[in-house]
Amino acid sequence: MTSLLAVLIDGSIYASWLFLVAAGLTVIYGVMRILNMAHGSFYAIGAYSAASLVGWYFNNGMGPAWVSYLLLVGAALVAGLIVGVIVERGLLRLMYGRDEILMVIITYALLLILEDGMKIVWGVSPYFAYQPYSELGRTSLGLLKVSNYDVALVGVSALLGLGLWAWLERTNQGKVLRAVIHDREIAVAMGVNVKLMFTITFVLGTTLGALAGALTAPAISVVPGIGIEVIVLAFAVVVIGGLGSIGGAAVGALLVGLSRAAAVHYAPEFELFVIYGVMSLVLAFRPEGLFGRTLVRKI
Amino acid sequence: MKNNKSKFSKYLVSGVAALALAAGAAGSASAAENGKFRVGIVTFLSGPAAGPFGVPSANAAKVLVDELNKGNLPAPYDKVGINGLEIEAVVIDEAGGATKQVEEYRNLVQRQKVDAVIGYVSSGDCLAIAPVAEELKTFTIAYDCGTPRLFADNPDAAYMFRTGLDASVDNIGAVRYLAATRPDVTRLAGIQQNYSWGQDSWADFTAAASALMPEAEVVEEQFPKIYQGQYGAEISALSVKRPEVVHSSFWGGDMEALVLQANARGLLEDATGLLTCGEASFATYKDQAPNGMIIGARGPFGQFAPDNELNTWFEGVYQNAYDLEPVYPATKMAQAILGLKYAAENAGVGDKEIASAEQLAAAMKGATFESVSGTVEMARANGHQAMQGITYGEYHYEDGVASIKNAVSFAGECVTPPEGVAAADWIADGFPGAQCN
Repeated sequence: MTSLLAVLIDGSIYASWLFLVAAGLTVIYGVMRILNMAHGSFYAIGAYSAASLVGWYFNNGMGPAWVSYLLLVGAALVAGLIVGVIVERGLLRLMYGRDEILMVIITYALLLILEDGMKIVWGVSPYFAYQPYSELGRTSLGLLKVSNYDVALVGVSALLGLGLWAWLERTNQGKVLRAVIHDREIAVAMGVNVKLMFTITFVLGTTLGALAGALTAPAISVVPGIGIEVIVLAFAVVVIGGLGSIGGAAVGALLVGLSRAAAVHYAPEFELFVIYGVMSLVLAFRPEGLFGRTLVRKI
Repeated sequence: MKNNKSKFSKYLVSGVAALALAAGAAGSASAAENGKFRVGIVTFLSGPAAGPFGVPSANAAKVLVDELNKGNLPAPYDKVGINGLEIEAVVIDEAGGATKQVEEYRNLVQRQKVDAVIGYVSSGDCLAIAPVAEELKTFTIAYDCGTPRLFADNPDAAYMFRTGLDASVDNIGAVRYLAATRPDVTRLAGIQQNYSWGQDSWADFTAAASALMPEAEVVEEQFPKIYQGQYGAEISALSVKRPEVVHSSFWGGDMEALVLQANARGLLEDATGLLTCGEASFATYKDQAPNGMIIGARGPFGQFAPDNELNTWFEGVYQNAYDLEPVYPATKMAQAILGLKYAAENAGVGDKEIASAEQLAAAMKGATFESVSGTVEMARANGHQAMQGITYGEYHYEDGVASIKNAVSFAGECVTPPEGVAAADWIADGFPGAQCN
């Protein structure tokens, strides 16, 4: 019984983290049709920025712990905004209209550049921002002790998902964005400033990636390479859910999170396999993912 | 956690150190041509292993080579450079996998014309390099990799040496420490990175525990992917089994993340953590790690190095250069360089002459030399493998100062299989011939 409860809790926490990581990736693909390999670097930049800022805050004895949570989010917003605007205006804007595969290669090159750039800025030694993680304490559920920070992350993830959904479905800007998703050429013909929508979307996606990194930073050692590890998982989640679908990313994250937690508790030897097992199973029956749309290629 | 400003300056120093060392690679003249003793230094300068292992090792190499070239070391290493010749270090990044490392090694030997190579953290790289060292007849010292297969797979190695200890020693030592300090423990658990290092470490640990602590049972074992970073489910799975000791061979960012998460969730309060590579992050744990957590340094290195003249000197110059205490990878690199210097100066060649690889190997084989970790005996694998004792102790952090308490050392003969005996067989047979007093 304890193990079942642990599977549900661990699975939900892991799923919420996966959704945070995958949301930006799927938003960018949904609107811009760019499989953004550099998303892992945005995650890492968010983590480094947050760890640096929170580390500086506590090292200098600046004040109450709750401020550090604002710093986490603030670091992610600023880092995501700056990097997003620079990359979209300085690089991607020059490449729009190119083949999707070429965009994958371009963003992969960007990933490599950013990985080395981060080493120049932050070095290779670990950064820590553990205070926000430990300050919230833990809750005991019998033999199981759960970090309150992790539980809070589930709430943040759910709010973020709802916010994204509401923005897309309930606001005028969201409707315009959906028009761009549906048919870019018709949207342009109807007077939509697609370039601006692309900038907004890319910066949003970048900021979501940076936010995922910033919120993860307190629980990990921020070291080179963390973004590379994350991008593989994020791709698995968005492929399961269907590229470009926010709801799909949420369901994909839940499927992966719960499956992995169950494997850890009941069959640890399958832990490595289970994520890709779920992905293979879904793609065998729905090659476009659970919520993906089958697109007719324009000639 | 360090002040970010000072941390940044450390990175700058580290970066400059690495660049300065790498500058040695710029020329391609052979040692004979430029009159210097040219040594290849291979360690991780990028990737996840750079921070915990590679950068401290490269920094140690940089400071030691500089000081050797000035003749500043205490006796018996007070002769300038190596055998009176200035040392020129050619530093290579170990990242990229075994195939790339074999190419890099060939490049070091055939184009850079190094006189010796010191390197390799990764066991996979060590295993790939060993036969190439024999093929190219190049004197090579593996300074950190832990695989017992290095000489088991290469029993006739003539040019390959290892001045660090193998991983079996880590885990036999860990069990001996538990048996000595916590003999009543009956519930063991483990969490290891899912590759050969983690699997082999756990196999040695559990086998040694069966022999030395027969009442103890393994209640849970987890093998998450390397570099996973998030261990929520694994910590839950370990917690619900109520272990008394949780063993891990994790290293680097994975180890630090595990300690952080397990400590915050109470696992390391309910159970004692036992980290065989734990000393490498001694300076970074601060209050994230609980008092009493058992850490090792893969031998008498880092915080567990003895208070001898060489180590006191080395700690001083390292701290002056980087404002950090040397962790075990740094000490191990220093040991390998001192081993090379010992071999070169006892190879029977004249002053300011460079010994051949055969002469270096003959001098190193079965040698006993003084090091920052005490006396090193090349007493295993036909004189190619170092035998030393190992020390474990408890991490404590009080009043802003980290320290080691309750350290217990075990002699080399207590934790090292006899010559020609595989560790698994020695453990299974109940450690015949072990000398632990």
